[in-house]
Amino acid sequence: MDWGFILDNSLRAIVGQEAIVFALAAIGLNVQFGYTGLLNFGQAAFAAVGGYGLATIVATFGLPFWFGLLVGIAGAMLLALLLGIPTLRLRADYLAIVTIAASEIIRLVFRSSTLRDTFGGSGGLTGFTNTFFDLNPFDDRVGFGPWTFGPRDAWVLTVGWVLVLLSCLVVWALMRSPWGRVLKAIREDEDAVRSLGKNVYAYKMQSLALGGIFGALAGFMFSIANAAIQPDLYQPTFTFYAYTILILGGAARVFGPVVGAMIFWFVLQLLATTLEAGVRADIFPFSLMTTNQVGSVRFMLVGLILILLLIFRPQGIFGNRKELVFDVR
Amino acid sequence: MRTLSKAVLGLLAMLAVALLGAAPALAQEEADETVGGVIRHERDPVEGVTLTVTDADGAEVGTAETDAEGQWRVPLPSPGEYVVTLDVDTLPEGVPPPGEPAITTTVGGNQDRSVAFRLGERGGAPAPAPTPQDDAEAPVQGAPGADVETEGEALEEPGGTQTARPAQIWQLVSNGLRFGLILGLASLGLSLIFGTIGLVNFSHGELVAFGAITAWYLNVSAGIHLLWAALITIVLAAIFGWAQDRGFWRPLRNRGTGLITMMIISVGVLLFLRFFYLFVFGGERQQYRQFVIQSSMVIGPFRWAQRDLWIMGISAVLMIAVSLVLLRTRAGKAVRAVSDNPALAASSGIYVDRVVTNVWVVGTALAGLAGILFGLIQAVDYLMGVRILLLIFAAVILGGLGTAWGAMLGGIVVGILVEVSTLVIPSELKYAGALGIMVIILLIRPQGLLGRRERVG
Repeated sequence: MDWGFILDNSLRAIVGQEAIVFALAAIGLNVQFGYTGLLNFGQAAFAAVGGYGLATIVATFGLPFWFGLLVGIAGAMLLALLLGIPTLRLRADYLAIVTIAASEIIRLVFRSSTLRDTFGGSGGLTGFTNTFFDLNPFDDRVGFGPWTFGPRDAWVLTVGWVLVLLSCLVVWALMRSPWGRVLKAIREDEDAVRSLGKNVYAYKMQSLALGGIFGALAGFMFSIANAAIQPDLYQPTFTFYAYTILILGGAARVFGPVVGAMIFWFVLQLLATTLEAGVRADIFPFSLMTTNQVGSVRFMLVGLILILLLIFRPQGIFGNRKELVFDVR
Repeated sequence: MRTLSKAVLGLLAMLAVALLGAAPALAQEEADETVGGVIRHERDPVEGVTLTVTDADGAEVGTAETDAEGQWRVPLPSPGEYVVTLDVDTLPEGVPPPGEPAITTTVGGNQDRSVAFRLGERGGAPAPAPTPQDDAEAPVQGAPGADVETEGEALEEPGGTQTARPAQIWQLVSNGLRFGLILGLASLGLSLIFGTIGLVNFSHGELVAFGAITAWYLNVSAGIHLLWAALITIVLAAIFGWAQDRGFWRPLRNRGTGLITMMIISVGVLLFLRFFYLFVFGGERQQYRQFVIQSSMVIGPFRWAQRDLWIMGISAVLMIAVSLVLLRTRAGKAVRAVSDNPALAASSGIYVDRVVTNVWVVGTALAGLAGILFGLIQAVDYLMGVRILLLIFAAVILGGLGTAWGAMLGGIVVGILVEVSTLVIPSELKYAGALGIMVIILLIRPQGLLGRRERVG
C-alpha cells in the first residue's frame, strides 16, 4: 500500500472543496441549531435551492451569473418562509419532520422529467460557471503549504475559503450583537424570551432564513466547484453529514463547523483511500469487502461517529458543554 | 404487564393463522421464467404503468406495474408464447402511448425475456385496440427496455383524454387503499413510540426496510416459503425492537439524554442501518419468489390481485387488533396512560420502562411486517426506508403525532391521496402531495385530525 499517496490524498481533503461546501452548510446549521435550537433536517434543500437558483438562471434562462446568485439567495429565504410559517410556532420536532420531507420533495422536483427543460432532469445542469472562471487570476499551478493545485482548483478554493471566513465573521459579529443574544436566549428558554416582549416567532424565522442563506452559499460552491449541478447530490445524507460536522467541531462555536469539516473530511478520505488500497492489496478477503462497498462503509462510519459523539461528547471538540443545552422545549 | 406480552403473542398468533390460512389460496410455483422491461419516456422512467401478460389462450398470467425506475417484471408459469399488453390508460399525462400496446413474445426455459414498448412511435395517436396477432414490433431481447426518444414537443395527448375516466380513478383509489393500509401499519410504531417517550424516531423507515430485507434473505437465499419467512421475520423484528430498546435507547434514557439529542442519534442510526443494508444487500431491486404472479379479480369498482386482498386483510385485522389491545386490555390501557403522562403512570404503579419496551417490540414487528408487504407490492431495495419514512411522517402528522388511531387513519388517507394525486400531477412527483398534506394540516390543525391540542405547542 502506498502510504504517501493515501496521506497526500487525505491531507488534500482538509482544504478540499467538500470541506468548504460542508463547512458552509454546517455554519448555517450552527446558526439555526447551535445558536437558536432549530432542528433543521433539510439543509440539503437550502443548498439545492441555492445551487439550482444559480444554475437555472444562467444555464436555462441565459441571465447574468450575479443575478443567479441573487435568485439563489432569495430562493433560500423563500424556502425558509415556506417551511417556517407552519412549523416554527410548534415544537422542535415538527420543523425537523417538515424540513426533511421538504428536502426530499425538492430533490424530486429538481430531478423530475416533467421539468426537465428547466432543471435538466436527473442529469442536472452544466455551463453556468463561465463568469466565475473568467475572473480566475491564476494561470498556473499554485503551491500552498504542502499542497499544489491546478489554476481552476486554486481559484475555487481561494474563493471558497474566503467565503467561509467571511461567513464566520458574520456569525461571530451577529452572535455577539443583541440580536444574537436573543437567539441564544430562545435556545435556552423560549418562554422567558417571550415574556420579555420579544417576538420569538420572528427571531426564529430570521435565524432559519440566515442559516438557509449559508446553505445556499454551500450550494453555490458545490455547483461551481463541480461546474455542474445534479439533484442527487442533495439527498438527506448531505444534511446528516453537515450535522455530524457541526457536532464534531462543536455547536454554538464560530469556528466549530470549519474545524469539524476539515477533520471530518480528513478522516473520511483517509478511511476511504486506506480501505480501497487495502481491498486492492487483498488485505481483506474478497468476499468480505469490495471497492464498491467501501462507500457504504464510509457512510456507516459517519452514522457511528454521529451516534458516539452525541452519547459521549455532545459538545464536540471545541464546544462548551455548559453553554450547549440541546434540549430546551 | 404480563398481559401486554400475552397480547403481543396473541397478535403474532393471529397473524400466523392469517398467513397460514392464506397459504393454500396463494400457493404458486416459483417462477424461473419471467418477462419484463423498462418503460421510459425521453430517457426518464415512467412509473405506475400497468402491464398485463396473457398466455396464448388469452388467460391472464399476471400484471405488473412499473416502479420508480420504470422497471416491470412478470414471472411466468412456464416457457411458451405470451402476449404483453400495456394499459394505455395508466400512462401519465404527456406520455404518448406506444405504437403497439400489445406485444407477443416467446419465452424459453429459464429465460428472463425483455420486451420493449416504443412510446410515441405513431406520434401520440389514439392507441389501436390490442392486436395480439400483430407482432410487427418484434420483442427486443436483452435490451434494457424501450429507451426510444420521442419526437419533439408534440407529445401532449389529444384534449379528450385529459379528463380521467372513472375506471382510472377507482383503480387509483384501490391502489391507494392497499398502499395506505400498509402505511398505517408502518406508522403505528412511530406514533406509539413518540406517544410513550416523545422521541420522533428518524430511523423508523429503516425498521421497515429491515423487515423487507430480512424476509428477502430468508425467502430467496435460504429458500424458505415467503409465508414462513414472513413469520420468522416478524419474530426477528420483534427481537430487534426489544434489543434496540433494552440495549440502546433505554440506557440512553437512563443517562438523561435529551429528546433532541436522541432524535439526532436516531439519524445516526438511520445512516448506519441504511448503509449497512447497502453493504450486505447491494443496490439492486429484488423481488420475493412467491406471490409475484397473480391474476386479478374485480370487486365492485375495484380491481385487486388476490395477493392484494390478503395484504389489505392482514393490515386491517392487525390494526383492529392493536386498537382492541389498546382499548380493552390492561396492557393497552397502560400504554395509553404512559403516553398521557409518564410520571403519573409511574406513580400509579405502571412499570413505564417495560411498557416502552413492549411498544418498541410491537412497533418494530409491525414495521417489519409492513416492510414485507411493501416489498411485495413494490420491490425490495436498501432505499425503501427513506421513501416510506416521508409518507409515514405525513401519515402521523395528518392523524396526530402520538395517537395510534391517528397513525392508522393518516396512513390510509395519505395512501389514497398520494395515488389519486397522480391524476393531476406527474406520478414521479406524487410524494410531493405528502409534503403538501403536512404543511396544510400544520397550518390549520397542527395537532392532526385526532390529536390533542396540548401536545403541540
